[in-house]
Amino acid sequence: MSDAYHIVVCGSVVPDPLQTIEPVSGPQGPALKNEMMLPAWLDPWAGHALYEAANLATKFPGSKVWLLSLGPKAKLQQVMMTVAQKVPFEFVGLDGPAGGFTESAEVAEALAAAIAGIAGLDRGRLLVFGGWESASRGAGSTLQILGERLGIIEQFQGVDLISVQADGVFKILERIEGGRHQVSVCAGPPAVLGWATGGLPEPKNNPQVGMANMRGVMPALQKAKPTKVGAEGVTYFNVSAPKQQRETRIVKDLSAEQIADEIITWIKSE
Amino acid sequence: MEDVLFLAHMEPDGSLGTAARETLAVACNLAKGAKLTVGLIGGATQAAADGIAGCGAARWLAVEGDAFCQGRYGSDVAAAEALCRSAGAPMVLAPATSRWNRVWAGLAHRLGGRADTHVTAISVEGGAIRISRWYYRQRLEGTLTRQHRPWLIALEGGVAPAWQGAAGKVVLEKITVDAAGVRTRVTGVQAPAEDAQTIRPEAKLLFVTGAGWTKKQADGQVHAKEAEEIILGFLKRTRASLGSTKSLVDLSGEGEAVLPFLTHLNQVGQTGSTPRHPRGLATCCHGEEPHTVGWRFVGERRAVNLDPNCGWARGKADVLYVADAFAVMRAVNAKVGD
Repeated sequence: MSDAYHIVVCGSVVPDPLQTIEPVSGPQGPALKNEMMLPAWLDPWAGHALYEAANLATKFPGSKVWLLSLGPKAKLQQVMMTVAQKVPFEFVGLDGPAGGFTESAEVAEALAAAIAGIAGLDRGRLLVFGGWESASRGAGSTLQILGERLGIIEQFQGVDLISVQADGVFKILERIEGGRHQVSVCAGPPAVLGWATGGLPEPKNNPQVGMANMRGVMPALQKAKPTKVGAEGVTYFNVSAPKQQRETRIVKDLSAEQIADEIITWIKSE
Repeated sequence: MEDVLFLAHMEPDGSLGTAARETLAVACNLAKGAKLTVGLIGGATQAAADGIAGCGAARWLAVEGDAFCQGRYGSDVAAAEALCRSAGAPMVLAPATSRWNRVWAGLAHRLGGRADTHVTAISVEGGAIRISRWYYRQRLEGTLTRQHRPWLIALEGGVAPAWQGAAGKVVLEKITVDAAGVRTRVTGVQAPAEDAQTIRPEAKLLFVTGAGWTKKQADGQVHAKEAEEIILGFLKRTRASLGSTKSLVDLSGEGEAVLPFLTHLNQVGQTGSTPRHPRGLATCCHGEEPHTVGWRFVGERRAVNLDPNCGWARGKADVLYVADAFAVMRAVNAKVGD
C-alpha cells in the first residue's frame, strides 16, 4: 500500500488583520464596509495548515496537496499571487462570498461538493487540513461539518503537530485548556485536522514554485464555479465594533520604586 | 419557551468544571417554563449528577464508560448525538471547552440543526432567543437569532455566575453508545513542568509582555537574559499567567533565541487567545487596534510603557505608567520578595 497522502487544504481569504474594519448592513445581511477594497490575506491558521501539508507531502513521495478556497474570484487571484510562491499545490477555486457572516454549514456543503469533484483523489488516503478557526467567522465549525459530509470521524482541532510513526500511525497534538496539548494516536487516514499555529515558519517566497503553481492557478480561477452561500435561517439584529474607550490615567512623574509600590498594592487588593 | 438540554462532560477527576456550572446556570434560566434535561458524558457521572441534583431537571441522561473519559471526536460526537436524540430538545447548551468545541458543529450537522460557538451572551426578547458572539477576531460583535432547530450553543466561560444549589440523589437514564469504530486513542496530555507552565487560566492577573523587552535599551544593548529573569521571576512570585504579543512570539519562533519560554500558546490577540482574567498588566506592548484585542476581556488593566501615547495603553488601560519596564518590574520583584 502506498504511504502517500492526498491532502486537501481548505482555506479562504480574510481582510488584512491590520486594516480597520467597519460593519454595514446590506440586503444579504451584515457585511464589511468596502469589503472588496480591503487588502486580503490567506486566512492565517489555514496558511499554517498549508505549510504543514506541504511539509508532510515532501516526506512521503507521491503525496499531493490541493488548496481549496471559496472567495470572490478577484480576491482569490490577488491572494494566490503571494501564496503560490510559498509551497507547491494544485488550486481549486470556488467563486463566492468569503465573509464572516455566511453560514459554515453552507460553506461546508460547497467544499464537500468541490472535494467530490477533484479528479484522482484517493479518499482512503485523504487528509483534510484547514485552520481550526477562521479569522472571519471564528467558529471552528466548517471543517467539522465537512468531515461529517465526507464520512470522516477522525477529527482533530487546534492541532500543533502531526508526526507519522513507522507503522503509519499518526501522533497528533491538539491544544486544550491551560496551555497544554492532548496527545492522540490515530490509525492513519482519512482524517480531518484543524490546525492552530503548527511548528513551521512561513516559507520564503520561491519564484520557481510560484511560476509552477500559477500555471495551474490561473486556469483554475477561470473555472472557479460560482457558489452561492449565505445565512439562511439567521437574523442578525446588530453587528457593531465595540466602543471600549477607557479614561486612562497617565502617570509620568513617579520613580520605578513608587510605581512598583502602586502595582503591588493593586495586585494584592481584592 | 423551548425545552433545553444541558450537556456536560466530566473533568478528569469526575467533577463538573466551573464552565459547565456557569452554562448550567444559563440553561436553568433559559428553561424557565419549559423542560430542562441534563446530559452527561464521562467515565462515571453519578457523583457529578448528584452534585447538581437541585437544578430542577426533568430528565437525567448519561453516557458512561472508559471510552468516554477523554475527549475524542468520534466517541464524543456519538455520545452527544445519542443524548440529544433521546432528549429531543430544540435548544442544546454546553460550555465552550476544547472538548465540546471539537465536536459542536459536527454534532449539529448530524442532528440536522445549527451550532454557534464562542457565544458570550444569551437572552430572550419578544419570545425569541438571541445570542451574541464575536466576529473577525473579536473586532465586531453580532447579535442574532436562528430558525433552525436544534440550535446548539456553546457558551464561553464567564457568561454567568456558576450554578449553585442543593445536591441530592439523581436517577440517571443510561444510554449505551458503541465507540468501537473510532480509530483514535488518546494517550495523554503534554504540558510543561509545573514550574515552567506560564499559562494559568485561573490566575487573577494576566502579565502581557511585548516586543519592547527584546529591543535595545538605554545603553544601546539588548538585555534578553535579564528580561527573561525579570519576567519569570515576576511569574514565580505572583503566579500570574503570561501572555505575549504576536511580534514577541514570532521572534522566538524565527530562531532568534530571545525569550525562549514564549510559545504561540502564550500569544494573545487576533491569532492568539483572548483570556478573561480579572486584571491585566501589560509591559513594553505597542500597537493600535487590532493588536489590543488580546486584552479586551481583561477587567482592570494597567500598562508600563516609555511612550505616553502608546496605542496599546491609552484609552485601553485604566492606568499607564510612563516608565522603563525593566526598572519597574525589577523593583516589583525585589519588593514582593521570594
